Amino acid sequence: MKVRPHRGHPLWYAFMLHRTSGLLLALFLPVHFYVLAMALTGPDALDGFLALTASTPVKLAEWGLVFLLAVHFFGGLRLLALEFLPWSSRQKTFIAAATALAFLVSTTFFLSAA
Amino acid sequence: MLTLRLYLLQRVTAILMAPLVLGHIAVMIYAVQDGLTAAEILGRTQGSLGWMLFYGVFVVAVAIHAAIGLRVIVAETLGLRGAGLNVFAWGAGLLLLALGLRAVWAVTA
Amino acid sequence: MSGDATMQVSVWRSGDGKEGFQTFDAPRREHQTVLDVVTWIQQHADPSLAYRFACRVGMCGSCAMMVNGQPRWTCRTHVSRVLKDGRLEIAPLRNLPVIRDLATDMTPFFEKWVAAEAVFAPSESREAPMAPIKPDDPRRVAADAAIECINCAVCYAACDVVASNPEYLGPAALNRAWTLANDARDGGQKARLDAISKAGGCHNCHSMGNCMTFCPNELNPTASIAGLKRATVKAALGWGKG
Repeated sequence: MKVRPHRGHPLWYAFMLHRTSGLLLALFLPVHFYVLAMALTGPDALDGFLALTASTPVKLAEWGLVFLLAVHFFGGLRLLALEFLPWSSRQKTFIAAATALAFLVSTTFFLSAA
Repeated sequence: MLTLRLYLLQRVTAILMAPLVLGHIAVMIYAVQDGLTAAEILGRTQGSLGWMLFYGVFVVAVAIHAAIGLRVIVAETLGLRGAGLNVFAWGAGLLLLALGLRAVWAVTA
Repeated sequence: MSGDATMQVSVWRSGDGKEGFQTFDAPRREHQTVLDVVTWIQQHADPSLAYRFACRVGMCGSCAMMVNGQPRWTCRTHVSRVLKDGRLEIAPLRNLPVIRDLATDMTPFFEKWVAAEAVFAPSESREAPMAPIKPDDPRRVAADAAIECINCAVCYAACDVVASNPEYLGPAALNRAWTLANDARDGGQKARLDAISKAGGCHNCHSMGNCMTFCPNELNPTASIAGLKRATVKAALGWGKG
């Protein structure tokens, strides 16, 4: 995928990451809610579904979901700070820190699930 | 598209969710440790007013936050405007709210 | 640099019902600016090429164009800094209607300055004594950081929110509104905050920073717009005087 020349700088990548993670989380939520509601409609079906989470591909997918949540969370904190606190010229550092923290949190989850 | 009112709602729900997301991530890391079973999840959450409130507030906030975010994405990338845009955003928000509250009820009632 | 080196320059042509890039071979010279190249083409290859410039020293803000896909003030952009594989692609500024070739219609850009109430509203008559404003006053410092705008519309062309939402007032108009929001002499604060809180207002900004990345005067409209968001929130919640 080619990034157009007027984009391709850290703040734009941070924007794209925030938008993409938000969109994917919003699309994931109905599925998440539907599966949890199985506790009411069919507890056996829920257990059958949860059993899938023992497989490695599903664990990797879960790692991805936790990463999306964490990167949207830390990136969102950066945006709130950008908007509500005096301007800081260390945005690149904050973006790197938000992404690294998201990676740390999601990997902790992955290792905990393994 | 994003007026002051929608902007405020978006930011207020974000601030409200910040501690909830941290709590949710902590619960996930803890709960996933020895595999997930329905019995384990329900044993922790069922009949708990605390979890019901925690996830109830979370669902209300996320429905608002996600609906506004989707509204902006749909308007900017698909060019939807006016009444169509409002119908879409309300629809998305109410769908998330209904599904979310049903899920919270299922695991905490 | 040898005297007969050349480079390929693709220039956007439009008008007379046709549009597309036309390629010219232009001489490559040392210390050459992109505006020099456009002028060479107009003077030596095709006198019908339409483009706009005035001061040639980065003050008037009239010569901005898209150069290899990025908005630039062409009079202060050296070819050596933007040449890619020996080629240049020069197009009219993005997000604005094109009159012909490289000349855009700047009307929507300036109309948005008016729509944003980015105009000084005097609170005193001309007979009133000079308002004392200290150079180190925090509001004066905030305004200072944003006043050197030359209206070149580079930020406007760089902004993806403008591209996807034609109503959006854009970084330049909002940056100007921020300087006035910090002007103690200005009497139009309420009207300005209302004007920038509408559907195309400051709250549409996603802080993606294209404007601050490309502003030739290294201003930071992203920070100015964040300041406006704070001011509108403060006013809406009744915290102090926005």
